[in-house]
Amino acid sequence: MSDFRNDNSRKNFFKRKKNCPFSGPNAPLIDYKDIKLLSRYVTERGKIIPSRISSISTIKQRELSKAIKRARFLALMPYVSS
Amino acid sequence: MAFYESVIITRPELTDTQIENLIDELSQIIINEKGKVVSIENWGLKNLAYKINKNKKAHYFMMNLDTEPSAIFEFERQMRINEDIIRFLTIKIDKINEEPSILNVIKNNDTKTQEENTI
Repeated sequence: MSDFRNDNSRKNFFKRKKNCPFSGPNAPLIDYKDIKLLSRYVTERGKIIPSRISSISTIKQRELSKAIKRARFLALMPYVSS
Repeated sequence: MAFYESVIITRPELTDTQIENLIDELSQIIINEKGKVVSIENWGLKNLAYKINKNKKAHYFMMNLDTEPSAIFEFERQMRINEDIIRFLTIKIDKINEEPSILNVIKNNDTKTQEENTI
Protein backbone atom coordinates (compact mmCIF):
# COMPACT_ATOMS: atom_id res chain seq x y z
CA MET A 1 0.00 0.00 0.00
CA SER A 2 2.70 2.40 1.00
CA ASP A 3 4.65 1.50 -2.13
CA PHE A 4 1.69 2.34 -4.30
CA ARG A 5 1.31 5.74 -2.68
CA ASN A 6 4.95 6.51 -3.28
CA ASP A 7 4.68 5.58 -6.92
CA ASN A 8 1.64 7.77 -7.36
CA SER A 9 3.26 10.80 -5.81
CA ARG A 10 6.27 10.30 -8.02
CA LYS A 11 4.06 10.24 -11.10
CA ASN A 12 2.33 13.47 -10.20
CA PHE A 13 5.57 15.27 -9.60
CA PHE A 14 7.22 15.54 -12.97
CA LYS A 15 10.49 17.33 -13.31
CA ARG A 16 10.69 19.95 -16.02
CA LYS A 17 13.99 20.66 -17.67
CA LYS A 18 15.40 23.92 -16.47
CA ASN A 19 17.10 25.81 -19.24
CA CYS A 20 17.23 29.55 -19.35
CA PRO A 21 16.84 30.91 -22.91
CA PHE A 22 19.18 33.81 -22.12
CA SER A 23 22.04 31.75 -20.66
CA GLY A 24 24.52 29.73 -22.66
CA PRO A 25 26.76 30.51 -25.61
CA ASN A 26 24.17 31.34 -28.29
CA ALA A 27 21.77 33.26 -26.07
CA PRO A 28 20.31 36.48 -27.45
CA LEU A 29 21.19 39.78 -25.79
CA ILE A 30 18.38 41.42 -23.86
CA ASP A 31 17.81 44.87 -25.34
CA TYR A 32 14.88 47.20 -24.73
CA LYS A 33 14.80 48.01 -28.46
CA ASP A 34 14.25 44.39 -29.48
CA ILE A 35 10.46 44.36 -29.28
CA LYS A 36 10.11 41.07 -31.12
CA LEU A 37 12.17 39.28 -28.49
CA LEU A 38 10.58 41.02 -25.51
CA SER A 39 7.02 40.45 -26.69
CA ARG A 40 7.59 36.70 -26.34
CA TYR A 41 7.88 37.16 -22.57
CA VAL A 42 4.68 39.10 -21.93
CA THR A 43 1.11 37.81 -21.87
CA GLU A 44 -1.58 38.90 -24.31
CA ARG A 45 -2.58 41.46 -21.74
CA GLY A 46 0.95 42.81 -21.71
CA LYS A 47 1.98 41.46 -18.31
CA ILE A 48 5.48 40.11 -17.79
CA ILE A 49 5.47 36.30 -17.62
CA PRO A 50 6.87 35.05 -14.28
CA SER A 51 10.24 33.33 -14.44
CA ARG A 52 8.87 30.14 -12.87
CA ILE A 53 6.87 29.63 -16.06
CA SER A 54 9.38 30.86 -18.63
CA SER A 55 12.30 29.19 -16.74
CA ILE A 56 14.52 32.25 -17.10
CA SER A 57 17.28 32.57 -14.51
CA THR A 58 16.81 35.15 -11.77
CA ILE A 59 19.55 37.42 -13.04
CA LYS A 60 18.26 37.36 -16.62
CA GLN A 61 14.65 37.83 -15.50
CA ARG A 62 15.68 41.02 -13.71
CA GLU A 63 17.43 42.22 -16.85
CA LEU A 64 14.43 41.28 -18.99
CA SER A 65 11.89 43.03 -16.78
CA LYS A 66 14.01 46.17 -16.83
CA ALA A 67 14.15 46.03 -20.64
CA ILE A 68 10.38 45.55 -20.88
CA LYS A 69 9.78 48.50 -18.57
CA ARG A 70 12.07 50.69 -20.66
CA ALA A 71 10.28 49.64 -23.84
CA ARG A 72 6.95 50.49 -22.19
CA PHE A 73 8.16 53.93 -21.18
CA LEU A 74 9.18 54.66 -24.76
CA ALA A 75 5.76 53.48 -26.01
CA LEU A 76 7.39 50.67 -27.96
CA MET A 77 5.32 48.20 -25.94
CA PRO A 78 1.96 48.68 -24.25
CA TYR A 79 1.46 48.80 -20.49
CA VAL A 80 -1.92 47.13 -21.01
CA SER A 81 -3.33 45.71 -24.19
CA SER A 82 -6.82 44.31 -24.44
CA MET B 1 34.00 59.98 -20.04
CA ALA B 2 31.17 57.51 -20.25
CA PHE B 3 28.94 56.16 -22.97
CA TYR B 4 25.27 57.02 -23.08
CA GLU B 5 22.39 56.05 -25.30
CA SER B 6 19.52 58.47 -25.58
CA VAL B 7 16.21 57.75 -27.31
CA ILE B 8 14.15 60.85 -28.01
CA ILE B 9 10.48 60.98 -29.02
CA THR B 10 9.19 64.13 -30.68
CA ARG B 11 5.83 65.43 -31.82
CA PRO B 12 4.59 63.91 -35.10
CA GLU B 13 3.94 67.32 -36.70
CA LEU B 14 7.63 68.09 -37.07
CA THR B 15 9.08 68.08 -40.58
CA ASP B 16 12.31 66.32 -41.51
CA THR B 17 14.24 69.58 -41.54
CA GLN B 18 12.87 70.53 -38.13
CA ILE B 19 14.05 67.19 -36.75
CA GLU B 20 17.48 67.72 -38.28
CA ASN B 21 17.64 71.14 -36.65
CA LEU B 22 16.61 69.63 -33.34
CA ILE B 23 19.31 66.95 -33.60
CA ASP B 24 21.90 69.64 -34.42
CA GLU B 25 20.72 71.70 -31.46
CA LEU B 26 21.01 68.76 -29.08
CA SER B 27 24.38 67.73 -30.50
CA GLN B 28 25.63 71.29 -29.96
CA ILE B 29 24.82 71.03 -26.23
CA ILE B 30 27.00 67.91 -25.96
CA ILE B 31 29.81 69.46 -28.03
CA ASN B 32 29.76 72.61 -25.90
CA GLU B 33 30.33 70.47 -22.82
CA LYS B 34 33.35 68.85 -24.55
CA GLY B 35 31.57 65.60 -25.29
CA LYS B 36 31.23 63.63 -28.48
CA VAL B 37 28.20 62.52 -30.45
CA VAL B 38 29.28 59.11 -31.70
CA SER B 39 26.30 58.28 -33.88
CA ILE B 40 22.73 59.29 -34.59
CA GLU B 41 20.01 56.94 -35.75
CA ASN B 42 16.72 58.19 -37.10
CA TRP B 43 13.96 55.61 -36.72
CA GLY B 44 11.38 57.83 -38.37
CA LEU B 45 7.67 58.09 -37.65
CA LYS B 46 6.45 55.17 -35.57
CA ASN B 47 3.14 54.16 -34.06
CA LEU B 48 3.03 54.57 -30.30
CA ALA B 49 1.87 51.59 -28.24
CA TYR B 50 -0.40 53.98 -26.32
CA LYS B 51 -1.35 57.64 -26.67
CA ILE B 52 1.01 60.24 -25.27
CA ASN B 53 -0.43 63.76 -25.06
CA LYS B 54 -3.14 62.68 -27.51
CA ASN B 55 -0.53 61.67 -30.08
CA LYS B 56 -0.86 58.29 -31.74
CA LYS B 57 2.37 58.54 -33.70
CA ALA B 58 5.72 60.11 -33.03
CA HIS B 59 9.18 60.57 -34.49
CA TYR B 60 11.92 58.55 -32.84
CA PHE B 61 15.63 59.04 -32.94
CA MET B 62 18.55 57.71 -30.96
CA MET B 63 21.84 59.39 -30.11
CA ASN B 64 24.94 57.58 -28.92
CA LEU B 65 27.03 59.90 -26.76
CA ASP B 66 30.46 59.82 -25.19
CA THR B 67 30.56 62.58 -22.59
CA GLU B 68 30.97 63.56 -18.98
CA PRO B 69 27.88 63.11 -16.80
CA SER B 70 27.62 66.89 -16.35
CA ALA B 71 26.82 67.27 -20.05
CA ILE B 72 23.92 64.85 -19.66
CA PHE B 73 22.41 67.08 -16.98
CA GLU B 74 22.34 70.05 -19.33
CA PHE B 75 21.24 67.85 -22.24
CA GLU B 76 18.24 66.52 -20.28
CA ARG B 77 17.37 69.94 -18.85
CA GLN B 78 17.15 71.37 -22.36
CA MET B 79 15.01 68.47 -23.51
CA ARG B 80 12.58 69.01 -20.64
CA ILE B 81 12.18 72.66 -21.71
CA ASN B 82 11.69 71.86 -25.38
CA GLU B 83 8.00 71.36 -26.14
CA ASP B 84 8.64 69.43 -29.37
CA ILE B 85 10.12 66.59 -27.34
CA ILE B 86 7.40 64.53 -25.70
CA ARG B 87 9.59 61.91 -24.07
CA PHE B 88 13.21 60.84 -23.77
CA LEU B 89 15.22 58.10 -22.12
CA THR B 90 18.95 58.30 -21.50
CA ILE B 91 20.78 55.25 -20.23
CA LYS B 92 24.41 54.57 -19.51
CA ILE B 93 25.90 51.74 -21.55
CA ASP B 94 29.15 49.79 -21.27
CA LYS B 95 30.12 50.22 -24.88
CA ILE B 96 28.61 51.63 -28.00
CA ASN B 97 27.36 49.04 -30.43
CA GLU B 98 28.78 49.70 -33.88
CA GLU B 99 26.02 47.86 -35.71
CA PRO B 100 22.73 49.63 -36.36
CA SER B 101 20.13 48.86 -33.71
CA ILE B 102 17.32 46.42 -34.38
CA LEU B 103 14.63 49.05 -34.84
CA ASN B 104 16.69 50.73 -37.54
CA VAL B 105 17.23 47.43 -39.33
CA ILE B 106 13.49 46.67 -39.27
CA LYS B 107 12.71 50.11 -40.64
CA ASN B 108 15.17 49.66 -43.51
CA ASN B 109 13.74 46.24 -44.34
CA ASP B 110 10.23 47.68 -44.35
CA THR B 111 11.14 50.41 -46.80
CA LYS B 112 12.87 47.84 -48.97
CA THR B 113 9.82 45.57 -49.11
CA GLN B 114 7.62 48.55 -49.83
CA GLU B 115 9.86 49.54 -52.71
CA GLU B 116 9.74 46.00 -54.03
CA ASN B 117 5.96 46.06 -53.85
CA THR B 118 5.73 49.28 -55.83
CA ILE B 119 7.98 47.85 -58.53
